[in-house]
Parts: sequence; structure tokens; C-alpha cells
Amino acid sequence: MVHDVNSGTARTQHTTSDLGASVEITVTVNGTTQTHEVEPRLLLVQYIREVVGLTGTNIGCDTSSCGACSLHLDGEAVKSCTVLAVQADGQEIRTIEGMAAADGTLHPMQQAFMEHHGLQCGYCTPGMVMAATSLLEENPNPTEEDVRLGLEGNLCRCTGYHNIVKSVLAAASAGA
Amino acid sequence: MTMTDEPTDTAVIGTRVLRKEDPVLLTGEAVFANDMKVPGALFMAVLRSPYASAKIVSIDTTAAAAMPGVQAVYTGADLADLWAAPMPCAWAVTEDMLNPPHHPIAIDAVHYVGDGVAVVLADSDTIAHDAIEAIDVEYDPGEPIIDLDDALSDRIVVHPELGTNSSYTWNLLVEETDGAVQKAFDEAAYTVSERYVQQRLIPMAMEPRAVVSIPQPFGGDVTLYSSTQIPHVLKVMIAVTLGVPEHQLRVVAPAVGGGFGAKLDVYAEELLCVALSRKHGVPVRWNETRSENTVATIQGRGQIQHIDLAADSAGKLTAIRVRLTADMGAYLQLITPGIPILGAFLYAGVYDLPKAYDFSCTGVFTNLTPTDAYRGAGRPEATYAIERAIDALAKEVGADPLEFRRRNFIRKEQFPYEAFTGLVYDSGDHDKAATIAAEMIDYAGVRARQAEQNTEGSTKRLGLGVSSYFEMCGLAPSRVLASLNYSAGGWEAATVRILPTSKVQVVTGTSPHGQGHETSWSMIVADKLGIDPADVDVLHSDTAIAPLGMDTYGSRSLPVGGVAVGMACDKVIDKAKQIAAHQLEANLDDIEFVGGTFRVAGSPDREVPLAAIAFAAFTAHDLPDGLEPNLEAQVTYDPPNFSWPFGTHMCLVEVDTETGDVDVLQYVAVDDCGNQVNPMIVEGQVHGGVVQGLAQALYEGADHDSDGNLRTSTLADYLVPAASDVPPITIGHSVTPSPTNPLGVKGVGEAGTIGSAPAVMNAIVDALSGLGVRDVPMPASPNTVWNAIHAAQSTSATGGNQ
Repeated sequence: MVHDVNSGTARTQHTTSDLGASVEITVTVNGTTQTHEVEPRLLLVQYIREVVGLTGTNIGCDTSSCGACSLHLDGEAVKSCTVLAVQADGQEIRTIEGMAAADGTLHPMQQAFMEHHGLQCGYCTPGMVMAATSLLEENPNPTEEDVRLGLEGNLCRCTGYHNIVKSVLAAASAGA
Repeated sequence: MTMTDEPTDTAVIGTRVLRKEDPVLLTGEAVFANDMKVPGALFMAVLRSPYASAKIVSIDTTAAAAMPGVQAVYTGADLADLWAAPMPCAWAVTEDMLNPPHHPIAIDAVHYVGDGVAVVLADSDTIAHDAIEAIDVEYDPGEPIIDLDDALSDRIVVHPELGTNSSYTWNLLVEETDGAVQKAFDEAAYTVSERYVQQRLIPMAMEPRAVVSIPQPFGGDVTLYSSTQIPHVLKVMIAVTLGVPEHQLRVVAPAVGGGFGAKLDVYAEELLCVALSRKHGVPVRWNETRSENTVATIQGRGQIQHIDLAADSAGKLTAIRVRLTADMGAYLQLITPGIPILGAFLYAGVYDLPKAYDFSCTGVFTNLTPTDAYRGAGRPEATYAIERAIDALAKEVGADPLEFRRRNFIRKEQFPYEAFTGLVYDSGDHDKAATIAAEMIDYAGVRARQAEQNTEGSTKRLGLGVSSYFEMCGLAPSRVLASLNYSAGGWEAATVRILPTSKVQVVTGTSPHGQGHETSWSMIVADKLGIDPADVDVLHSDTAIAPLGMDTYGSRSLPVGGVAVGMACDKVIDKAKQIAAHQLEANLDDIEFVGGTFRVAGSPDREVPLAAIAFAAFTAHDLPDGLEPNLEAQVTYDPPNFSWPFGTHMCLVEVDTETGDVDVLQYVAVDDCGNQVNPMIVEGQVHGGVVQGLAQALYEGADHDSDGNLRTSTLADYLVPAASDVPPITIGHSVTPSPTNPLGVKGVGEAGTIGSAPAVMNAIVDALSGLGVRDVPMPASPNTVWNAIHAAQSTSATGGNQ
């Protein structure tokens, strides 16, 4: 068997092309409703980064393993590489850019990550913050074990998770 | 906590200042290389070899070139004229080291799965990737060499033109008198002879690599943005490799999502983007996919270690012999051959060894992805070998592992300690670190619990592992690097500039990618100048802004770069003092600088704040004769010695002997990195480091099949641990300031990784020693542990020697 080192995630173009009839979608991103023509195969993460132009949502793998691309779709964290842009039609999307208040005040989860040194290089951080806020929506008073299990879909290579867990528990205590 | 002679305000250093890096990272505002919006850029994709060893018979690019949106398709032969020199290896460890020519795109043969064969430039990333699939390559595959012992036999030679797979053999023989090592082994009361395998690891920074090269077709300048740890080194290497005049090159490392050594390199895609952007006169960019990253970015470790220890009847070490085989992979990358040599000085660890040391390392080529630096780079491997072997020797002697370590530790009063290698360990207190760790984990209590629990027939066995380490870091005194044939220096540059409004710009040659230098350097400046860290801006990672630098790796940034920042502050203060003396009409010798204010000694009412001096230096209306306007100073600091952090880690595990599952119950890390600038950041470095070493012990390994295919080529297969896979880390510290530098600081970036793998593995072996298990290979997956138990039991059942 020959390993296909040239395969990656399904790749698409965000402009109209001859690869598939484009579809119109209307989504609300961080409170702003927008309409775009997209190819049916366009991934939500590519739509957010390349069409909407919000690059805070990162790509860390091509197997839906790392969680760097986590964002909120209708209030729930999803890995945006596992969702097609067309599936998001009519839904509310919240990305990391939509977390802090307009006056610059950080979301309590962002604040907790800052205060407890829950980030180093910061590449996994947007996904981690989005997954953690969604976790607390479901379970406002998690144990340490709950947090570790709840974030197992989000990988971090810098922190050893110690301070990420601490940040999320602190955010929970603060009622984030 | 600073050790300078100057009266400094220590209000900031040593406190947990929150990171100024965080707001942009937490809000998505930070710009990583693949976030950049670059109008008119062509996207590059690289077709990679699916064979580990093959001749390229033919390449048909016609169909790919005809695809809409494809601007160009190139093979290695098409681009051969672009390379002024082969890809660089900066560390010829021996004069006769063999280094095969290595080009960014293979020309007539491929040597590992992932070797580049052709490139496409297209209007979008998608089109570029679609197009590489349309390139038709005919290969003539050969049998690849995967196994290190097989490679050493030269049965098949990876690079036929070299005639052998051995790149080099590097020896370090230190004997008080000729034959001292053999004599020590002949006369030893106890000896052990151990073999360990350092499996290949995939560094797996969360950000894959990304490159953007922007040319100026008429002016001739080129700006390269790359997710690199080494913008400065990269600039020099691009100039040499591509023949681009160095003064027309600018290299920028934007936000970089982790490195761990893997971004301490000069990569084919960086050279390709620069060369092709100049050729086409438009920006060219490349985004690495994760599946590419696992084969096209360097891997770490990859060594077979043989270590023999000799001890006298009192259990004191008398000699060490080490034989290493180190996997170079298919080519020598930037410092590939030097990685095992960085460990060569540390195989005696923290122990007092007479001049009886015999080390030899052979670097061999295989048909696998090149290896190079991965967190710790040679030093975790060395520490693993000595810390595992010392446990084996303790068992031989019949001593408790902790007590046995204490018996052999270099004692506090022996520092500064001239080691058998001639290197001087500037400071240390191993007994103290070990004592703190033992108290934290309740060593005696755990041993008692163990005796109770690990009884005959018990299927849940407790194991306690100890690992004490010395880290040779803060790379490095340039003269020492010269003696190792490393082709660069180890200095670091810093500029401190006080602006007219008294805000401060610091320019550093370090290139942080998660380490928080902006915060820590601001804290150093704040204490030196008596200002708020918020009033300091730290500029870095752009060769146009910070033209001098040696970048970030090898736990060097604070003990070299941070120290340079402190020294530049001193230099600025010295200049400001001259202006203060002039304004206050006092003798220069009588001027004191305390808390941001210049005073005349003995006349507390005569003072002028730094802010006023800064403005005076700017207006230059009334300066002492001959003094240049402005307050700015640059320092280039070449450290006189390495930095020698040390510590002891302890790990408590419970092993289920029926399933082989290892549960880490407790992990204690006591690290002594001298004075801590920001304890919060220090702890973060230790946490992350410990988990990377623990991951080598329990989870990770680059697994190749016999054809050289990487079986762990995605994050679904390669087990980077998640939060649920790792324990909380309990941190302790001792503080033994470094006498080598004025801040008394040592490096800490690699310490956790160096200490942790042996602590975990010693714990597992300790848990199973009652079952006759002497060793468990890494990663200690349940299957591997189960096999080790059953192998030991079948050996004992057949009367084999335990």
C-alpha cells in the first residue's frame, strides 16, 4: 500500500467555478447577516476564513482531530471543518472575533484564559475558547474531569492543558 | 532578585505579570502566515513522492499545466538552475562528514516518502492541489532502508554516490590516563549494560508551516513571511542558497503557532516560494496541510542508545561508555547531525564522574523524513539513557533509586564544577531539588503504599519513578560552538530605545512563538528603568526591524537574549546619567539612578526623572559637549558559559497488569532555572514540556511500515495527547541563581521535556520490577506494557536469567 502524502482535506474554491453549481446561502456571522454564492463542497471553515474573511478560526489538521477550527453554530460548538458551508444556511455563526464586546472587553472565558495563562502560542486558543464556552453552556459547574473530557476534541501542544483546565474552571466559577 | 550591582527596583521581576501577547491571540486578531491577505498571490502546491526510494524515470506535466487557473508546473530538473547551493546543513560535526546534495525539489531520485517531485503554481490553493494530482510521474522503485541496524550494515545504500549509509562517527573519549575506561569496567564492583530506543517523534506544532514570499520585481527586494523560529538565520541561508543579495532580503516571522524545534530549519518550501516569486514577479504562497506536515517537516529523536555504567563497591560511578546510532533520515537538514552531539556531554547527567568517559555516535542515513531538533534536541535522549541506566544500576547495587542518586550527585559545594568534558557547570543543588520533589510526592509514604499494594498476584501495581537532570542550554558561547564545528555564533542582540515621550522600544533578536518574550523582556526593562511594563514595546521577528539576532531555540532566549536586554538598559542608563549630571551640575560619579529618577548622592532634593532626560536627549538643546542626541543603546552579548538549569521530577503510576494500562496518578516537577522573571510563564513552560516528554513515554511514535510509509500521518493516528490523557502537574521550584549572567537566570523551555520521559518510564518499570520486567520500550502503550509483562514472565517460567 502506498500512503498518499498528497491527499489532504477536501479542497474547494470559494468562487464560482465549473466544479459545481454554486448555491446561495444566508448566514448571520457575529450578528451580521450576509449572503454569498458558494460551491456545495465548500467547508464552513473555508467559508469563514476565505469568503467572510475572518481568520481567527484556525486550521490545524485535515482529519477533524485538532479542534482549532471550532466555532459556534446556532449556539453550539462545532468543528467547522466537518460542516459544509451550505449546511450552515439560515443559521447563526459565532466566531472568536464575535466573543469580545465592542468596547474591547474580553468575554469572561477569554479573560480567564488570560488570567490563568491558558495559552502560549495561541494557535489552538480560538477553538479552545469556543469549545470551552459551549461546554459551560451545557454544564455550568463542571469538575476538572468534566473539563478534561469535554475538551478532548481540542488539541494543544504548548500548555500541557494544565492552565487551560484551570482557566475553564475559573470561568465557570465566575459564572461565564 | 536581580544580581546586578546597581540599585534596582525589583517590583516587577519575579511577579506574575499577565501576558501582553494574549489579547490579540485570544480575539483572533493575531495574523499567522496563512491568515495574510495577499492580493495577486499564486498558490504553490508540492507533489510528493509516494515511494521511500525510487529513481524518477519521467514526469509528464502536460495535463496539469493545461488546467484552468494553473500558471506553471515545474519539475526538479526545470528548477535546478535556480539553486546557487544545495540546501544548507550548518553543522558539519566532523571534517569527513558525508552530506549528499539536497535540493528543494528532487532532480532524478527520491529518498523518502514526502520528498518533493514537482510544484504547481496556480490562482488558488484548490486549483494547485487539484493540479498536482494530474501530474504523471513514472518511478523505478527500489528497496528502502528503514531500520537503523540494517542501515549500518550498508546492505543497501540510501545515497549510492556516498558508498555508505554512515554520515559520520563522532567520538568523545575522556580518560585521566590511557585505558581508564576499560580499567574502570574491569575493576568495577557493579556494571550495567543497557539498550534503549528513542523512537522518532513528530513535533506537531498546532500551526502547520506556511510561507508567503512577496517580491519587488523592479527594485529587487524580497520579503519572506514564514512560520519560522529563525528569521535571522533563515535570511542568511536564503542569501547563500539562492544567491539573493542579503541586503535585499527581509524575513518576517509573523504570529507563529508553536515550533518545538521543527521550525528551526531551512525548508524547501521557503526556498521555492522565494525563488518562484522572483521568477514570476508576483507573490507566491504555500500552506502546509497536516498530512504533509507529518512527512515534510522534520521529525525528532530516532536513536538507538547503548549505555554501560561501572561503579565501585560503594556504588559510586567510575566510568560511562555510550554507543549511539542516530537516524539522520534521508538528508541532513540545518542541524541534523549535531542533535545527538548536543547530548554527548550529558550522558553523566547530574553525577560526579571521574575522567573515564567513552562516547561515540554514528549518524546514519535512512529512507525516512530527515530528523532535526525537537524540544530538547539530544538532551532528552541523553537524560533518558543515564536516568534509566542509573535506576538499573541502583537495582544491581540493591539501593533505593533516590538514595542511589544522592550518593552520586555532584554536591552543592563542588560548584562551580569542572566536568570530565572540561565544561564548567556554573551552579547547582541537586540534593535540594530532589528533597523538595520527595517531600511533595511523599516519597517514603509512597514506598510504604507500594510495599502494601504490590504483593504477589496484585494486578494493580504502583510504581514511583525519579529523574534528575542537568540541562546544557542557553546556546551558547560562540567559541564553544566553534570547537564543535557549528557554523554560527551563539550571541544575542538587543536595542533599548527611550522615545521622546519616555515610552520604550526594545528590539530583540529572539523570535518568540509562544514563550512570552514581549512580556518578560518588558518586565526586565521595567525594573531596570523604573517604569511600567505597559510602557515598553518589544519588537522582534522582522529582520528589517531587528536586523541582528540568532533567534529562539535551545532554551536560549532569556539567558542570552533577555540578558542582552538588561545590559542594553544599563548602557542607556549610563548615557542618561551623563545628561543628568550635566543638568544637575554634579559629578557623574555622584549620580545615582533609583526608581526611574536620577539623584545626586547625598543631596536628595537634587533629582531629575528619566522622562525629562529622555526629552532632553531628543531635543538636544543642552547636552554635555560631545554627547550624541537620543537615548538608545545596543548590546550584543556572547554568553561566557552555557546555562545549567536542573531539577528532579517524580512520577507515580498505577499499572494494570491485566490490560497493560498505565494510569499516571501524580506528577511532580521541581525545576531550578535560577531567578524567575515571570513565574507564571516558567510554570507554563514546564507544564507543556512535561506533557511532551510524557507523550513520548506513553503515546507518541512515528510509525513506518517496511516500505517507509508513515502509518501515523494524521492527528487521528499520531497520538498527541488530549486534556483527558494527561494528569495535572504539581510544580515546585528551588532557586539557584546563575553566576554566569547578571540577571542570574537560566533557560527553562526544554526542562520539562528533558525530565519527564525517564520519570514516567522509571515509574512503569518500577511498578513491574516485581514481575521481572527490566525495561519497557516507548511508547508504553497498553499493548507494549502487556507484552513486556508476558515476555518477562515467560522468561522467568523457562528459568531464564532475570
